[in-house]
Amino acid sequence: MAPQKSTFRSSLRIMNRSDLTRRLVGKLTANEAVIGGIGNNNFDLWASGQRPENFYMLGSMGLTAPIALGVALAQPKRRVFALEGDGSLLMQLGSLGTAAATALKNLTIIVFDNGMYQITGKQATLTTSTVDLVGIARGAGLVQSDWATDEAHFEALIDLALKGDGPRFIAARIDDQKPAGTTERDPVKIRLGFMQALASNR
Amino acid sequence: MSAEPQRATGPETWYDIVVRLLKANDIRLVTYVPDNVLSPLIRAVHADPYFTVLAPAREEEAVGIIVGSYMAGMRGIVLMQTSGFATLPNVLASLVVPFQIPLLMMISERGALGDHQIGQAIVCRTMRPVLESLGIEHFAIQRLDDVEFIVDNMIKQAFSTQAPAAMILSPLLTKRST
Repeated sequence: MAPQKSTFRSSLRIMNRSDLTRRLVGKLTANEAVIGGIGNNNFDLWASGQRPENFYMLGSMGLTAPIALGVALAQPKRRVFALEGDGSLLMQLGSLGTAAATALKNLTIIVFDNGMYQITGKQATLTTSTVDLVGIARGAGLVQSDWATDEAHFEALIDLALKGDGPRFIAARIDDQKPAGTTERDPVKIRLGFMQALASNR
Repeated sequence: MSAEPQRATGPETWYDIVVRLLKANDIRLVTYVPDNVLSPLIRAVHADPYFTVLAPAREEEAVGIIVGSYMAGMRGIVLMQTSGFATLPNVLASLVVPFQIPLLMMISERGALGDHQIGQAIVCRTMRPVLESLGIEHFAIQRLDDVEFIVDNMIKQAFSTQAPAAMILSPLLTKRST
């Protein structure tokens, strides 16, 4: 018997990572921290405007959500967003359980799911077959886990996250468009800028 | 001057000293993947409200959490055993070392001096070459008398030089003394 595809996921509207990233950043008015995952996720975060409260992860695939969790734990008054890809999240599914168990109200994990390892040649990830990441997040105990059905719904979910009733998990299907820019890769400069921004407005 | 209440069980153990030094150095967040040797230290930090303690699924995740909390102003440490350390080279090489994160690691050394598990014995031989190839400061603590000096100074050096540190708990310390 052939494995059954995730039918709900396959029915969802396909959006664009760069557009959704800009919609998220457009709503950030209170020095919220954003952790950009490896590759295209942080490239599009960079291209959306170099906010000092952005952290751009250059390697360590899968650790976007754990880094965001650490920031959120240390600074409970600051809202924290992780921007992760489907391939990356699949590497560290246990982090969803940690996020649920830690139950930080200020943490939101966003996954942009295009069903592929886009940057290495568009090889398919498991989300194109049977895996539904919102189902996994719910199973991990993240009760507030949603697929964004369109851009307006994505923005509405961000508005809920900004109220600080997390943890939240937001997934969006996206296309395979290239990112709108490329992050300047100087790790120490990235860290120092981020730490300086996080030392103020705590 | 009032003295600390004397413990009925006698002098300080290695894990008593570690707990005291973590506090003295403002290390408030502990993440770990467990090990039998570490279990008294794990129990002690769980029992002490000074610490926030998380037990994520993998050592990489434990490191990621500490990196995030450090950048946001909260110091932490990762506890693991040798086989757990063997899962970390990618995150050390791509996050901790290039971003100059003073990541504290306390590693119980398994696979040496009488360990009956062949897997532990083989993986143990990868630990020091990995630490050395990444240029990570490391030191094995073998005697109770050395715990205070090594732990306190390695923590201080990590933060004053913006560099990770691996404090290795040798069986000479954790097995022989108990």
